[in-house]
Amino acid sequence: MKIPYFPGCTLSTTARGFDNAVRASAMTLGVELVELPEWNCCGATFPLLVDNAIDLIGPAEVLYKASQEGQQLATACTTCYNVVKRTNRTLKEDGDMLDKVNYFLEHDSDYEGSVEVLDVVQILRDEVGWDEVREAVKKPLDGLKVAAYYGCMVVRPPDEVAYDDPDDPTSLDDMLSALGGQRVAWPHKTECCGAYLAVKSPEVTREMSYAVLSSAIRNGAELIVANCPLCQFNLDRQQQTMSQRYAGYEPIPVLYYAQLLGLALGLDGSGYDLDKTTVDARPLLGRVGLL
Amino acid sequence: MTAQTVTRSEENAPISKVLVIGAGIAGMQAALDVANAGYSVLLVDRLPSIGGHMAQLSETFPTLDCAQCILTPRTVEVGHHDNIQLMTYSEVESVEGKLGNFRVVVRRDPAYVDWDVCTGCGACTEKCPKRVISAQFEVSMGRRKAIYTLSPQAVPNKPVIDVGNCIWFQRGKCRVCEKVCPTGAINYDQEAYTLEERVGAIIVATGYDLYPVVNLGEYGGDQVPDVIDGLAFERLLSSSGPTAGKVRRPSDGKEPKEVVFVQCAGSRDPELHMPYCSKICCMYTAKHAMLYKHRVHDGQAYVFYIDIRSAGKRYEEFVQRAMEEDDTLYLRGKVSKIFRDGDKTVVWGTDTLIGQNIEIAADLVVLATAMVPRLEGKLVAQMLDLPTDENGWILPAEDNIQPVETRWPGIFLAGAASGPKDIPETVAQASGAAGKVLSLFARWGREQEREGQLQTSPEAERLAYA
Amino acid sequence: MRVKLSRASIKNDLVRKIEEISGQDLLACYQCGKCSAGCPAAFAMDMLPSQVIRYAQLGMVDKVLQSDTPWFCAACQTCYARCPKGVDLARIMEAVREIILQENGDHVTVDDIPPAELAEFPQQLFIGGFRKYTA
Repeated sequence: MKIPYFPGCTLSTTARGFDNAVRASAMTLGVELVELPEWNCCGATFPLLVDNAIDLIGPAEVLYKASQEGQQLATACTTCYNVVKRTNRTLKEDGDMLDKVNYFLEHDSDYEGSVEVLDVVQILRDEVGWDEVREAVKKPLDGLKVAAYYGCMVVRPPDEVAYDDPDDPTSLDDMLSALGGQRVAWPHKTECCGAYLAVKSPEVTREMSYAVLSSAIRNGAELIVANCPLCQFNLDRQQQTMSQRYAGYEPIPVLYYAQLLGLALGLDGSGYDLDKTTVDARPLLGRVGLL
Repeated sequence: MTAQTVTRSEENAPISKVLVIGAGIAGMQAALDVANAGYSVLLVDRLPSIGGHMAQLSETFPTLDCAQCILTPRTVEVGHHDNIQLMTYSEVESVEGKLGNFRVVVRRDPAYVDWDVCTGCGACTEKCPKRVISAQFEVSMGRRKAIYTLSPQAVPNKPVIDVGNCIWFQRGKCRVCEKVCPTGAINYDQEAYTLEERVGAIIVATGYDLYPVVNLGEYGGDQVPDVIDGLAFERLLSSSGPTAGKVRRPSDGKEPKEVVFVQCAGSRDPELHMPYCSKICCMYTAKHAMLYKHRVHDGQAYVFYIDIRSAGKRYEEFVQRAMEEDDTLYLRGKVSKIFRDGDKTVVWGTDTLIGQNIEIAADLVVLATAMVPRLEGKLVAQMLDLPTDENGWILPAEDNIQPVETRWPGIFLAGAASGPKDIPETVAQASGAAGKVLSLFARWGREQEREGQLQTSPEAERLAYA
Repeated sequence: MRVKLSRASIKNDLVRKIEEISGQDLLACYQCGKCSAGCPAAFAMDMLPSQVIRYAQLGMVDKVLQSDTPWFCAACQTCYARCPKGVDLARIMEAVREIILQENGDHVTVDDIPPAELAEFPQQLFIGGFRKYTA
């Protein structure tokens, strides 16, 4: 199947590895992510003030462009997913806001709320199915204990964005199982990593990321996978100074689920930027035969 | 008064017999009141034995009376009463007619044991090789056999076979119960049967259930073994319960030293769960904390609350006893998340009074889950065409001054079927409903007497119209 | 010192503004604290998230405007997702930020960020951060 795809700004630059891995692995599974011919930044946070029309323009434009390509829009960056999906719902429910936004967009036709926003993991789960993924695996994860980190963006607010149980989501865990990984049950899979707080308060982000990292480690994880570039960045990068704050801290690699998926499907991993992380995952991946 | 008038012909003369649906404390009280006045009662319960949820309790608030001790005299009286026709393991299938003349069909499910012949010796239960978790009575805190009675004090003390777990019914082997039964009471071919009865009035006393823990995802749903609900904790406290009254946590049987009680688990939550307050939880949580401390002297009880609802005689004093005499630490704040960490159960709450978040690594967590109407109660309401509110509670005719009457003359309510309430209020309503029924029966009796006299003498006729 | 309450002090303009731009009814909050209990950033805050609402309910918005709490909110939505009354505290926090920003100016500027970070860090960090921290 082909589906219009919105990579977002971060996946096109610092998180290029995620984008490359997602496109390649989805393609291998029969899902062609067709990048929108034109797109703009979603804004990275959903505007929470009810009179904030300006900050809806960006994501609304993305939706408009998507509506010109089809009725569905796939995103891999879960922050984009959250922002665009919540925007879509706001526009569908608030007629006045929709009018205002359409007025600003100044297109020949109005956006009517026709697009369905989907996360790539959701598409793989529902359109491909984990059984088919299991069958397509060339290099199984060999019982590697991977903690799936869902973050905030795909689970909250549940009635607006969740395609999985918001308190105990399993879609990524099911994927990793299909790839031959061993599930890790851990309580911090939806606890916030600190998000944009690092802009002003990196030490707070470090504490929040530490809570997530230490929980994964305590519950036996050898590797963590994330679905959002900011989460992956925070959890990975904050480990640089972690042992200063927490003596004896042992680092754990943090990757995108798509990188693991691509490697397990037998793809060569080129362009996945596995060499660009703070904590190097390559030795671990080599040990289980993925590299 | 015309609404209550009934036509006077022999075929449909009003019948002074009442159907009581549900034999928990409400149904039993109502049945006894009517029976003791000399009238007939048909008392029906879905479970194999009577007593409802009260039979599962350890002690009751605010007196800390042993629940079995105050309940058993009633269950025994009900079981033996000449005027009470007791049908357990039964359900009301249909009701037709109206005040004075209801035609009721009751279905009795097959117990696969002939209760007329069974003496309640218990040999079958003892020898049955199939042990299963007792989800119903022990709230999964203990086990029972595939042939079982609900509890040692069950009335009737006759067992039923759980077909889904019986080795004979599932795999065609065993039949040990049949072999050991001294009176030959086991009958694997027993069938359900129905009984048609005519009654003049009906009391609905179908009671409540607890909101399922699985719905509270942020508290672990059903996945964390040491997170249980109030009824499960009652079983742990009960001296006739699965741990003989010793407080043991489900995961490994250790005695918990740090126990967290979470009030309002699913209540007062219009956004995500039940909007109403379940009324009894503040009281039974204080009770739980006290009973826990009485058994585990070096244990600590914490209670997360939003408010304390302890209205009425000696209720407030009861809660203060829990704080003062049993050192229960009350923390004002709701719990946001509960999860497993190693062998501890971590609770994330807050104390709004000092403005700090609280974390407790508990050994056991007891959730005071919302009371919800019994599913069977909702089905009975549908059958009787009784309105329910948006939460499923059966609506009385008027909430303020007609709490036990319904829209239909002759059909009354008692107990938790119409909303959360405690035992004293339940018993009062049960007697109230019985009183309404007895008022009908008494009037019908006088009317029938007068009619009888009418047919005998002109003098009586003159008196009747005086 | 006693906090003096009156009709005028409770329903002042700032309270009205918070309610208007957040679209929330502050008095729907019954101060259960569940939002605070689940907030992953509360450890850094000088007042609990639920106290932000409490001060606003009492009309004491100035107290809130001086607090650092709104700046540690990561908009993770855990508060809103679990609130038994459906109060969207994330929106209220944004309203408070907006009022402070319009009053005091931006909470962060590009000059605050070391150039090396600007080059390396994912831009969604800056876009999101600047969205939240500037007027």
